[in-house]
Amino acid sequence: MADAVVVVALLAVAGLATAAVANRDPARQALVLAVLGTALAVLFTVLQAPDVGLSQLAVGSALTPLLIMLSVRKVRRRSAHGKDSKQ
Amino acid sequence: MNPRARLWLVVLGGGGLAALLVAACLRLPAFGGPWHPYGDRAVRAALARHIANTIASVNFDQRAFDTMGEMTILFAAVLGCVVLLRQARDEHRDPPEPCEVAAPVRRYALVVLPIALVTGLYVIAHGQLSPGGGFQGGVVAATALHLMYLGADYAALERIRPVEAFEIGDALSASAYLVLGFAGVLAGGAFLANTLLPYGTFNTLSSGGTVPLLNAAIGMEVASAVVVLLARFLDQAVEIEEGSGS
Repeated sequence: MADAVVVVALLAVAGLATAAVANRDPARQALVLAVLGTALAVLFTVLQAPDVGLSQLAVGSALTPLLIMLSVRKVRRRSAHGKDSKQ
Repeated sequence: MNPRARLWLVVLGGGGLAALLVAACLRLPAFGGPWHPYGDRAVRAALARHIANTIASVNFDQRAFDTMGEMTILFAAVLGCVVLLRQARDEHRDPPEPCEVAAPVRRYALVVLPIALVTGLYVIAHGQLSPGGGFQGGVVAATALHLMYLGADYAALERIRPVEAFEIGDALSASAYLVLGFAGVLAGGAFLANTLLPYGTFNTLSSGGTVPLLNAAIGMEVASAVVVLLARFLDQAVEIEEGSGS
């Protein structure tokens, strides 16, 4: 039973990680990364490492996607601003 | 270096790393076996000092010096961000206009914010008793504050999160960790040695000697560091515009 949960979590991590790499839009990548972070947290927890799971949940599924989204917003605003000044 | 040679270098390096990793994994002990030489010794040392969560004992007692290194890495990284993302001479601040937030989003954010904040503080406070600790709880508490940005707007977030106070808190808590370490030296022990305080009753909040104090210092450091980091990113994403003044 426990092995089945580990296998499911491993497959979910592999699938979501591939999806994060295959996605070309950074904003969507950040969302996939958040889901991947949650799947990794589940994997760490079923592998009996709840401390690492908690860190992963906090950093991987909240902090990192948030930082990526903010960077994307800054870059998009900047390029929009650049286009305006050229016109 | 031409692209072909670069590709060969990557293939060689990547292939070598993969081969070494596979070789190392094949020699690992089987998962879930009964033989845990490091675990047994760590648990014995944790129990001797009345610490219920062995991971906290490893982080803040047996390897407290490593944790100081990790704290320094985070501190230096945030310092670097603060320096890099400051307002440059050819930029100006343009406070964003307040905008309508959908009512369900506002309700959700304002209900979840206090719950998430208390959860983060709980995880910090119970670091030496249950899974979690200063780092995990600090990140949860700091990100919880930012639900204010989702539920209201940027001005409301800035009101509940004065960045200067968090910058001071970051520096203070990093030095608190060092001071606790040197207190061990002054008391006649070694740097960061857990011989300063009585170990207390097993499985209570005050058990474990200096572990709860070091854990609290890390919690405060991480929470302040994450708040300052996100504040700099938010400033750049929302407020700071190119061009000097409008």
